[in-house]
Amino acid sequence: MVEPLLLFDALLGLAIAALAVAVLTVHDRFAMIVLFIVFGLMSALAWVRLSAPDVALAEAAIGTGLTGALLLTTLHHIRAAPAAPVPVPGGVVVANLGLCALIFGGLAFAFLLTPLQAPGLAPAVAQNMAASGVGHPVTAVLLNFRAYDTLMEVVVLLAAIVAVWMVERGTVQAPAPVLGEIYRGFSRLALPAIVVIGSYLLWVGAQAPGGAFQGGAVLAAVGLLLLLGRLYRPQPAHRPFARAGFVLGTAVFAGVALLVAGGGRLPFEYPAAHAKTLILLIEGMVTISIAVTLAALFHGREPEAVPVSEKSE
Amino acid sequence: MTSGLIFGLTGIAVFAIGLFGALVMVEPLRRVLALKLCSVGAGFLLVVGAWREPPEAPDPVPHALVITGIVVMISATAVALALIRRLHMLERDTDD
Repeated sequence: MVEPLLLFDALLGLAIAALAVAVLTVHDRFAMIVLFIVFGLMSALAWVRLSAPDVALAEAAIGTGLTGALLLTTLHHIRAAPAAPVPVPGGVVVANLGLCALIFGGLAFAFLLTPLQAPGLAPAVAQNMAASGVGHPVTAVLLNFRAYDTLMEVVVLLAAIVAVWMVERGTVQAPAPVLGEIYRGFSRLALPAIVVIGSYLLWVGAQAPGGAFQGGAVLAAVGLLLLLGRLYRPQPAHRPFARAGFVLGTAVFAGVALLVAGGGRLPFEYPAAHAKTLILLIEGMVTISIAVTLAALFHGREPEAVPVSEKSE
Repeated sequence: MTSGLIFGLTGIAVFAIGLFGALVMVEPLRRVLALKLCSVGAGFLLVVGAWREPPEAPDPVPHALVITGIVVMISATAVALALIRRLHMLERDTDD
């Protein structure tokens, strides 16, 4: 007798692997991106089955939703790409296929020999939860026990927007796609709801699955809708505000660490009485930075005083 | 047979498929997606490592690592896509 949920897991696993193959083999590039989005959502579902709701939320919002939007807007800009594929020699393909099959076999062998459900760091986290200032273990790890990782992650996001602005500086691009009338009406209805959901995810992250990254990604969707609906048009004069938004999270995060260190403690050893306040302050500012940065990554080129699309017409 | 075993093997398969795609695909956009598949496959293994059989309290540290990885991956993807757009623009200009 096979347990129904295990059967579901097996079918889901097969579907995920099949979608991964389909993403790489489907000819049409639009279909490729749509299949990738389906793949990401199915992976998020699998992670829910593995009792990792935080990771599933992050994958659905950031890894799938916003990445999908980035891919689609890039496809819009390069859709006129001349389809002149230089075919890879058959021998190279076969050799790589063999090597990747070997890697799969080796990794699967190692995985099957690895004892699952080792204690790991869960007991250590559980012991120190009372001192962390929050009630949700993943948030405690992200913002307290391993706060250095998270600080560096915010820095990586900052580096990405700097790089994107540098790469596309002074270039002339086709105008971004515009939402139709119906979508504009939809976005007017959806915007307030998204703001509430994003803020709720941020707030609830202290006690339950959610947090700065998931909330920030949902709020970034507000930025995407504003940009797509032409409800907000980036102007060169807005750049200082955008830059302030990009830096805000990193600055507050590092500032709090330095202030705590200035009081004779380790950089992220928050005073127990203020731990929750400090964590919420950091999370709030990081959420704003994430939302602004992700929306700016979607917009791509820095708003410059260059006339858009004078050359491509 | 457990959920952890099933999804662990799924993750390894996705990683291998992504690696193969990154090695043999020519189109830049598809290559970026192949690398993205690799990262999701690696995420699967970490999440499986954190999973416990009565699903009571999974290990939160790998979960935090995967969330960090997802954010780093979208940063890398955004830069790669900007490079692809720029490359396309340069190619179009040389064609004219």
